[in-house]
Order: sequence, then structure tokens, then C-alpha cells
Amino acid sequence: MKIFRFRGGIHPEGNKDPTACHPIARLPLPKRLYIPLQQHIGEPAAPEVKVGDHVLKGQRLARHQGSVSAPVHAPTSGTVIAIGDHMAPHPSGLPVQTITLEPDGEERWVETEPAVDPFSLTRAEVAARVRDAGIVGLGGAAFPAAVKLDAGNRHPIDTLIINGGECEPYLTCDDRLMREGAGYVVEGVRLIANGLGAKRTVIAIEDNKPEALEAMRVAAAAHPGISVLRVPSRYPMGSEKQLVTTVTGREIPAGKLSAEIGVSVHNVGTALAVCRAVRFGKPLVSRVVTVGGGAIRNPRNVVVPIGTPAADLVEFCGGFTVTPTRVLMGGPMMGQVLPGLEAPVVKGTSGIIALTAAEAHAASERACLHCGRCVDVCPVGLVPLELAARVRAGRIDDAAELGMGDCLSCGCCAYVCPAHLPLAHLFNYAKGEIAARREAQRKAEETRKLAEARRLRLAAEAAAKAARRPARTTEKAETES
Amino acid sequence: MTTWTPNRSPVAAPHVHGRANVPQVMRTVLLALLPATATGVWLFGWPALNTVLLAIAGCVAAEAAALAIGRRPVGHTLADGSAVVTGLILALCLPPWAPWWLALLGGVFAIVVGKQVFGGLGQNVLNPAMLARVALLVSFPLEMTAWVAPQPLFSAASPGLVEGLAITFGGGPLPDAVSSATALAPLKLGGDFAAGEALLALALGTVPGSLGETSALALLAGGALLVARRIVPWQIPAALLGTLAVLAALFNQIDPAHYPGPLLHLLGGSAMMCAFFIATDPVGAPVTPLGRAIFGAGIGALIYVIRTWGGYPEGVAFAVLLMNAATPLIDRLVRPRRYGRLRTGAPLPLAPKEDGR
Repeated sequence: MKIFRFRGGIHPEGNKDPTACHPIARLPLPKRLYIPLQQHIGEPAAPEVKVGDHVLKGQRLARHQGSVSAPVHAPTSGTVIAIGDHMAPHPSGLPVQTITLEPDGEERWVETEPAVDPFSLTRAEVAARVRDAGIVGLGGAAFPAAVKLDAGNRHPIDTLIINGGECEPYLTCDDRLMREGAGYVVEGVRLIANGLGAKRTVIAIEDNKPEALEAMRVAAAAHPGISVLRVPSRYPMGSEKQLVTTVTGREIPAGKLSAEIGVSVHNVGTALAVCRAVRFGKPLVSRVVTVGGGAIRNPRNVVVPIGTPAADLVEFCGGFTVTPTRVLMGGPMMGQVLPGLEAPVVKGTSGIIALTAAEAHAASERACLHCGRCVDVCPVGLVPLELAARVRAGRIDDAAELGMGDCLSCGCCAYVCPAHLPLAHLFNYAKGEIAARREAQRKAEETRKLAEARRLRLAAEAAAKAARRPARTTEKAETES
Repeated sequence: MTTWTPNRSPVAAPHVHGRANVPQVMRTVLLALLPATATGVWLFGWPALNTVLLAIAGCVAAEAAALAIGRRPVGHTLADGSAVVTGLILALCLPPWAPWWLALLGGVFAIVVGKQVFGGLGQNVLNPAMLARVALLVSFPLEMTAWVAPQPLFSAASPGLVEGLAITFGGGPLPDAVSSATALAPLKLGGDFAAGEALLALALGTVPGSLGETSALALLAGGALLVARRIVPWQIPAALLGTLAVLAALFNQIDPAHYPGPLLHLLGGSAMMCAFFIATDPVGAPVTPLGRAIFGAGIGALIYVIRTWGGYPEGVAFAVLLMNAATPLIDRLVRPRRYGRLRTGAPLPLAPKEDGR
């Protein structure tokens, strides 16, 4: 199968070996679980339980609301001891609405939907089961998976791409998942393909994971519609746009969805969750997390209940050998700093990475040399140094003109910059500013429309009044006479 | 268990970084200039070493003073090494036995007028070393064209350490016996164009000329290192030397008696130095591959034009400065196509012609 090359990209040090070589371990049940109601892109879920309720494993704790949302389920059986604010796994450290669960240690499952032949289900039934299971994209973006399956019903999908790229350094959870659960992953892939009506399915895996490639090839061998594709290890291969280009040679037009060019992309972890949900009726209540980084004593992959505090994971992996400079949720290229170890694992948490100062290669900022390395590596084709100069000068509109909105925040530019400019940091700020301005503009426009409508209404009322007044005077005259 | 106190400053990703940094880039450039510098000092003796040290001293002192006056961190900024690189490049362009004040003045001019008035490293429009070279050339044409014939270090004719200091700091005119014409002189004066043995001399550098520019081979060795380490983009030297060679070959075909062939143009004068070390200064060069190719080709063409029809025997400094000035325009016109968009910036049309693929 032909592979197409995307523009730019980098080859960061992988640092995957320390975790990739160990089988996935199971975390003992934590003392407390903190389950945020917002773990996905879109509307937060609405709680359905109250403090003091005893819940069973897999029982729904909060239902989805709005078109883009996902429900949340109990990761184990136990008692709800609080519903309130807890630290979110977000750099701000701001609290989010969180259900605190005290496990009873029995792991008793709620009665799940009966197992069926999943291939007898209609597309709508598959999408409904995926939605009810609370499945979101497990690659990190946490976009509700059912919404993507629905999009497939609106746009014909010819190619389903399963993202086994895992191009972020340190992360190996997808790698281990493919090695240890290839059969389930392939079944999930077939269910998604079925749900989308995709003509062909490509499982794309970076060539730095030969064992996973082999395991998936064996598991997919019996299914002629599925091909396992070895793609080069180049960050950001796992980014949707870049992966679509690599596999199909097509680009997703700016502002469009991949579904609109007939392609849908799902992560391998998502495929496994779909298999569990559709075949066994089990909701998404746990996931595999890579606990790694130079500061972790025994780095490895661990399967953990959603809501487990990061501190439990770190402790299970032997704690820190040295004080880390940063502890991240997600990979080092696009992950976010953890505000504290009390923050819980959520559905989109692919890793807890504790970096030492030596690994980060941090250095103080210097003057931009205009060397253009950022231009060479930008997978979008932006000119980061020009954007940065404008953002720094507060010229956000000029930056938008130069394509700021197209930036993926992949961080390639900042990674290679010899002057150590905080390019991705500046761009995140600028993109936030552009979004805020667009929102302000939309509000102003809305206000203007309302004011205009009110003016028209008042004018119409006044006209009607004026039209009635002579009539009334005539009436008056008539009665008086 | 070692504990961790969260750092609440909201640092955005990426949290790891490549190994490249500015001081390391500058160190690699210095390393790449070593063969040419060593060859220059070997060929032209102790006075050449004095010139190198004085030009670097002028640059570093001027940079330190300018930073102190501007109340900017002196030590941190000096440590980027850019002032040393500018000083060395300037020295390699000077006559090897330049008087002390020429090298020192050039260094100060390069940093103060060429770089710091614009705001320091990365802000200057024009190449500082070339600006200084041009300023010295138009101000002191006699001193700037006082070429000496090579007299390798420790050979009988080579001045000793003390004698070298006398040449550098003595200030007297050069003895006629050692002054000589450069390899490019025949371009203007007519006469025999280099052939065979002469070309070999140009490659090795055993000809009169600027301190570090005579040995094409030494420069090529350093340049190859820079290209291999990806410190400089290959497009600039390739386009520059290619354009120069093509133009030379073309006119040589038309009239061999008036126009020398490509080898003289490539090996003689400052072409090699320019292609790998001067034109590739990123500060004044475009940032896209196509932009760099246009930039390099422009310099190559200008070098040929100035050498062939201009008033100066060598046109490298003028060519680089002119193309430096064109860089903002090139960067504005040549931008990469953005993902999912046409070159115009409009989104790609939906439903592309699948049959075409």
C-alpha cells in the first residue's frame, strides 16, 4: 500500500522502551475515586445520583446532555460520598464538578445489557450503545465517539483509519494494548467499520512498534477488509490530519471534518472500548495509562479505574527517584502540566509523565536567529517565527491573517527552536484570543440584531398605534353623537 | 518517596526540547571556519593571526559596550557567541596583513552599525560583517586591497612573531616586494585566465587574497560540515554556486577570451566563503526552501555581474547586502502552502477529483 508524506514533522527522542517492555499491570482499587463530570469535549454530564447512594460498577452516575456530550459511569461499586468541586486535571488547577466514590471493594457489576451478536445490530444501535457506554476518543482529545459515528451517517465514509500511531514520546499504552489485546481491538475496529459502513479499514501503526504491528497483522489476517499499515515514525503522525494524508494522500480542506472527504479516524484504545461496550455491554470505566518519565522509579503501563488520583499511580510505580521538574498528563509534546497529584485520571488520560530537568533540555530564551527551522518542521506550512513576532507585538489580527487559526499546537516549532522561544505557548495564547474575539464579535452582532429587531418592532407598534388612533377618535365621536 | 511540589506557572507544551541551541549553532560555525582560519594563518604568518584576534576583539568589545549601554544582560548575550562569529568572518575577509586599526575598526563598525543599532542578534537587516567590509572598502581602498603573496609560517620569508607585531601595529606601508595582485585581477585587467596549475593553487589557497578566502578546499570542508549538521540550509550554497557557475559557463562559451570559465569564478575570490558562511547567515536570509534558493541564486547572479561588469574586482559583499535587503520581500512573497488550503489561502474544494490520483 502506498504511503504519502506529510509536510514537516520531527523525530523526538522516543523514550518508549522503559514502559513498552513491561506487560500492563492492574492497579489495586484506590481508596477514593474522583470522577469529573466533564471528561470530554462538549457539555458536562448531569449527575443522576446523590450523596449517600450506593452504586454498582458500571452504573450510570451522570447522563449526557446536549448533542456533543458523554455519560459517566461508576468505575467500581461503592458509595457516593460527595458531589462537588475537586481539582481538575488541567493546568489551571481550577475545580470542576466531581463525584467522589468510596469503593466497597466488591467490584459488583450492574446488570449489563445482554450480550448479543454485535454484527446483527443496526448502525443506529451500534452508535447508541457507544454513546450509552460513555466512550470518547481515547487518544487524548476525548471527543465523544458516538458523535463521530453519527457523522458517518451524514457523510458516506469510504475509509476508516485506526490510529495506532502513538507518535508522542514516552507513551506506550496503545502499543501494549495492541500487543496484549489485538483480538479485541480488531473486533472493535470491525464494529466501528460496520457502524460507519466503511468500505475499507486501515490500521496505521508507526514502525517503531514492530511487536504491535505483528500482533495486529495476525489478528486482522482473517478479515480481508482490514489492512495493517506500517507508517514511518514521525511526530505528529498521530494527528488526525497528518494521518489522513499519510494513508489516503488527501488533505482535509480547512474548516471541514474528515468525514466530509469520506474518512473517519479512531484510536486503537477507542476501538477496544467499543468492543467491550457493544459485545459485552460494558461502559467505559477504566483505561490503560502509561506512567513514565525519568523521575518514575518503575515506569510501566497500568490499567486503572477512571477517577484514580495521579498520586496512587505514582505510588504504585515506586514513586519518584528524583524530584521531577514537571509532571504531565499526556505526552510531553502536547500534554498538560498537572496542577497536583490529587488530580484524577480521566477518560482522555494517556499518560502520567514525570520529567527530570535533564530530559526536558530546557534552556533560557535567546534572540530569534531567523533560521527557519520552525518553518521546515511545521506540518501545517505556517511561518511560526513571523506569527510569534506578531503575537508578541499584540498584533493578533495580523497573526490570524497569516493562518494562526490553522495551527495544530503540535509543538514541533518550539521543539526545534535553537533560541528556545516559547512558540507553542504564544500560539495557544493567540488562538484563545482569536476565539475570544470571535465570540465577542458574535455577541456584538447578536446584540445588534436584537436591537435592530426591537427598533423595528417599536416602529411597527408606533405605526399601528398611529393607524388606530384616528379610528378610535371616530369611534369616540360616534358614541358621543 | 521523593516528593514533588507542583509548579503553578501555566507552561504550555511541548515539555521536552531538541538539543539545538544558539550557542551550539555558533560553536559549530566556528568549528567549520577553523580549516580556513588555520590555512590563512599558515599561509600568511603571524600578522594574519593578529588580524583575526583584533577583529574578534573589536566585535566582542563593541557588543559588550552596546549591551551595557542598552542595559541588557551582557554575559548571557555575549555567551551566544554571535559576536565572535562576526569577528572571525570579518577577519577572514580582510587583507591578511591589515594594520591593527583596520581590523579593530571593522569589528566595532560591524557590531555597532551593522547589528546593535537594529536591536541586536536576529534584528539586523544586513549582514554585519559584509557591511563592515563594504564600509572599509569605500573608506580605505588602499589598505583594503594591499594583498601579500603567501609565505607559509616558519618559511624563510615569513615574518617572525615580533616582526609580525611590527607589521600589524607599525602602520607603515607594505614593502612593495610582497604586495601582489589577487586571482580575480585578470577579470578586470585582462591577461591570462587561470588554468591547470593556477586552479590548483586557488583550490589550495596558495595565492594572494583575503586572509581566509583563498583556500577553496578548506572552506568547502567547513561548509560540508555545516550542511551535514543542518546548521545551514543546502539550498543557499547550491543555488549560489550553481547560478555563478552557469553564468560563467554561458559567457565563457560565448567569448572565452573575455570571460573566464566557471572554475575560476567558483574557486577564486570570496565565492566559496560567501556560499557557505556569509550568505547562509540566517538573520538576513529567507526562511523557506524556495525563498532560500531565490536568495542564493540572486547572490550568485549579482556576484557574476559585479565581477564582470562592475567597478570592483570582487562583488560578494555588495551582492549579499543587496539580497539581504530583498529578503523581507522574498519572505512575504514565498510562503509555504498551508495544509487543507490552496496557495491563495482559500480552503481546498471538497470532493477532489479522485480519478486524478
